[in-house]
Amino acid sequence: MAAFSPLTDPSIGPSLRSRGPFADPDYTPEFGSDSISESKILVIGAGGLGCEILKNLVLSGFRDIHVIDMDTIDVSNLNRQFLFRKEDVGRSKAIAASEFVMRRIRRGVRITPYFGKIQDKPKEYYRGFTLVICGLDSVEARRWINATLVDLAAEGDIVPMVDGGTEGFRGQTRVIIPTISSCYECSLDLLPTKRTFPVCTIANTPRLPEHCIEWAHQLLWPKNFPQRKFDADLEQHVDWIYDQALFRANEFGIEGVTRSLTLGVVKNIVPAIASTNAIIAASCCNEAFKFVTSCNPVLDNYMMYSGDQSVYSYSFCLEKKPDCPVCGSLAQDLTVPRFFTLQELLDLVAEKPKFQLKAPSVATSDRNLYLRFPEQLETLTRPNLELKLIDLISESEELLITDRSLPLSLKLRVRFTGDSERPKDSGNLSLIR
Amino acid sequence: MALTSITFHELHHKMLALKKKREQQQLNGGNSNTSARVISGAQIRVQKDVTELELPPTIELQFDNPNDLLHFTVTIKPADGLYKGGVFPFSCEISEDYPIKPPKFLCIPKIYHPNIDLEGNVCLNILREDWKPILSLTSILLGLQILFLEPNPNDPLNKEAATELARDRHKFSTLVKRSMLGGYVGEVRYDQVLRR
Repeated sequence: MAAFSPLTDPSIGPSLRSRGPFADPDYTPEFGSDSISESKILVIGAGGLGCEILKNLVLSGFRDIHVIDMDTIDVSNLNRQFLFRKEDVGRSKAIAASEFVMRRIRRGVRITPYFGKIQDKPKEYYRGFTLVICGLDSVEARRWINATLVDLAAEGDIVPMVDGGTEGFRGQTRVIIPTISSCYECSLDLLPTKRTFPVCTIANTPRLPEHCIEWAHQLLWPKNFPQRKFDADLEQHVDWIYDQALFRANEFGIEGVTRSLTLGVVKNIVPAIASTNAIIAASCCNEAFKFVTSCNPVLDNYMMYSGDQSVYSYSFCLEKKPDCPVCGSLAQDLTVPRFFTLQELLDLVAEKPKFQLKAPSVATSDRNLYLRFPEQLETLTRPNLELKLIDLISESEELLITDRSLPLSLKLRVRFTGDSERPKDSGNLSLIR
Repeated sequence: MALTSITFHELHHKMLALKKKREQQQLNGGNSNTSARVISGAQIRVQKDVTELELPPTIELQFDNPNDLLHFTVTIKPADGLYKGGVFPFSCEISEDYPIKPPKFLCIPKIYHPNIDLEGNVCLNILREDWKPILSLTSILLGLQILFLEPNPNDPLNKEAATELARDRHKFSTLVKRSMLGGYVGEVRYDQVLRR
């Protein structure tokens, strides 16, 4: 079998050989082809969108693909997650998907699966990718990967993120170029919050079938089983909620409580439609292809697709938020002497004209070093002020500083220099910069 | 248009330069960065919210673990109104999805209150249907305090208490006093919550 070449491939060759009217002036077909072959792509999520994305990527000539998913295959996935078969139920999505694609496509494609959470991997892991494509169902995971990529961009390594999402007949594609375009956190306030009902309505005046289900789920379960946490994946738990909700619905003359509605409400299930996933995954992979090859300009930077009332699509640019907590202030390097205490660091930062802090609180990603408020935490963390910084944090560990006078937070990467012993007459700290 | 085709070109050159730099770094023995965890958006928001709380002396916070800002106890000691003299601790749990999801509050003692049921669930609009990410922890804590200053008979969770409040405020006040002493109201015996 002849070696695969993107340039001569009948499906992607034409789009590489003819440069688009808005292509980079330096664009050459060979550059586009080489970029595809040399790129390393990370796919986050191997579910409904992930299966489509993996298939599209290998058929577009990408050869080094990594995929992460923490989930295992459920029988209800099989109708649309077409890389899985009945005998795969219970296996890791990432591993099963990789095996399937590698079996089918033999032209030197390497797919590396990881069965676990994105948070398991250190920041360094993400540095090596050309681009990340997300097919996720969780806001939390999107926020995490977004913050990680912004962090890498602050160190000079820009790894763009293409984020896809669907809900029934609707979907969206978004291109995030960390620190250059708006990030996921910039537009967090635009997210719709989960549909919730007032507790008093649930408790006293139910009118909808959902009110009855939420009553059984939110109020009755904790009352009857205070020691047992409700688990929506356990059939007998859902059955119990369903029975109780049905009883209450009859009591109030409400129709429409079914077992599938019950499952939908307690699991907060959004309907997944295979063809919407296909549309959005295709759009994500086209953006990845254009970005990596630079054969045409990429989406700037948000596309919505709505197929539930006829068809409507629109793209627009989400703007950067100046006071975004993630990309509004990037981590800055600060070098201090090894003998510095936490207090001295805070004094140094406070007097720098560009920061002007009044009452800073400081933490690492997992420990609070000094918190100005509430009183109890201030008392508990105050002894740290006298400790040497080098005993509190490791070299280059990121510090988060918040302050009432800062609309944003401040991130510092501290590096150490010089002796760990304080020189005998070093009263004048202003000499150290 | 923020990312026009011109900035797209610039971006592309930037990426190429970065690629060269990265190759150079690999030749020089890799990057010296440690693999420390990334500070999350939720963490930044919670730290700002907690350390910049503006609370009256009637609201106190107690943390069990100073490295865990996501779990704590809030105690409300109303200085006025029908619940004056009482001490009302609530457990608070902030999720990793904050501020997309509101924090969860449960009243720890069993109290007689129109908007709090016997399991400690609280009916406060900004805790559920009216929560917006733009609201902060301060707004919720002040909201909780208002429940004690102005119990609301129109959003009942304890129906008997709400009916009583709407019908006869004076009698309701007597029942509140009795319940706060640890006495019975109707069939239910409430917890003693008076400040000692």
